[in-house]
Amino acid sequence: MSRAALFVLADGRFPAGGHAHSGGAEAAVKAGRVTGAASLEEFCRGRLHTTGLVSAALAAAAALGVDPVELDGAADARTPSPALRVAARKLGRQLMRAARATWPSAELDALAREFPKGAHQPVVLGLTARAAGLGPEDAAYCSAYESVSGPATAVVRLLSLDPFDATRVLARLAPELDRVADRAVEAARGVVAGGGVDVLPAASAPMLEVGAEGHAGWAVRLFAS
Amino acid sequence: MTTGVRATARIVARPDGRGGTALPVLDGDGPLALRRIRAHGDEARVMLVGAMSGPLGGDHFTVEAEVAEGARLHLASAAATIALPGQAKGEARYEVRIGVADGGELRWLPEQLICAQGSELYVATRVDLAPGARLVFREEQVLGRSGEEPGRLGSRLTVRIGGRVVLDQELACGPGAPGGWDGPAVLAGHRALGQLVVVQSEFVDAPVEARLLGEGAALVPLAGPAALVTAVAPDALRLRRVLDEALAALAPACHG
Repeated sequence: MSRAALFVLADGRFPAGGHAHSGGAEAAVKAGRVTGAASLEEFCRGRLHTTGLVSAALAAAAALGVDPVELDGAADARTPSPALRVAARKLGRQLMRAARATWPSAELDALAREFPKGAHQPVVLGLTARAAGLGPEDAAYCSAYESVSGPATAVVRLLSLDPFDATRVLARLAPELDRVADRAVEAARGVVAGGGVDVLPAASAPMLEVGAEGHAGWAVRLFAS
Repeated sequence: MTTGVRATARIVARPDGRGGTALPVLDGDGPLALRRIRAHGDEARVMLVGAMSGPLGGDHFTVEAEVAEGARLHLASAAATIALPGQAKGEARYEVRIGVADGGELRWLPEQLICAQGSELYVATRVDLAPGARLVFREEQVLGRSGEEPGRLGSRLTVRIGGRVVLDQELACGPGAPGGWDGPAVLAGHRALGQLVVVQSEFVDAPVEARLLGEGAALVPLAGPAALVTAVAPDALRLRRVLDEALAALAPACHG
């Protein structure tokens, strides 16, 4: 494997469309629940340990070669909000385009055929990591990091937050990112060891679920989700 | 060191052959007592009566319900369940296992689970439905009694229809839970949370439309013939109000 491939995939400039999504931050800002660096940190921490963990585990499992169709079903069951299911599939489709152009792979082609409207983004991410010659740890780190970097970047725009403050939030979360990535990989290995996709974590975040449904109904918004 | 209490309650509901529902199995022991109460039409009604306090730390309670083809069962509880700290080491476990066959119907509407300060509880609920089964399932969790700090709560709710998982949700909150559980992404300071799951084959052709139900709740269609209400509220009373309204709108015949 090439370690450098991880930087290509994890780079915020990788053209996969993630910048258009706030990970629920826009709804939280509008509701007055995120007002500055401190509340952004709590928001990101909560997201990391819930949807971040789930996404990282799905990505790690896909990178290990677990059937992506099964993983996509597991992602649906862990994403009760239809607004979030739609967002995850849109992001998956955009990532798929970039991934197939970057690391052509028969497995990516097959997944694209199976889900013309897009598979859940973490599943595509894991398979992309696999196509790039990366491992489950890399996929888990990419996914867990995205779960907090997206909202942090969005809040810089939404609140005109100092970008240094947002970056400091991400740096402070680093030890927890390590733990989440570890747990995600362990769970993914449990799937391969015979536990099936049911052993993947299913941590939920009620405010993200409810907020996403409200956000989807707004007439004007800066971010798609 | 003391060990916790092990207790199991089992309910089996099947048609009685005269248009009603019989309960050939209605076993409870220790803290889990079951009482058959007056039927409502062809629906058998069971009341879960807490005969002791708890669950306490180290206790392990299991409640199982099987609803056969053509049977209708309604479960309620006499009072809220209060998880308390105990003498025994470790968390308490509360497991609920539900199975409903084609043409069976279950309405599972117990009172709240309250996690008192210092308690540690893990609740695992597994619902297995045949493709033609009907379900109304409510769970409500309250973190701490009035004015006290929350206990530690972990929960997982898994719903399968015809073997396919349509809902899998875990929640961890209270002292010692992963960070951010009370922050703006997860509970945002709310102390009562609940889920209402309604499964009926009518949703195959006419799924519910997603909509907000006030500030802290949303009704959504799941990826299957099921609807979910996720709700958070400042307290148990306001949570119940939201879930009651949702229940009345979703399944009018099922209310009460």
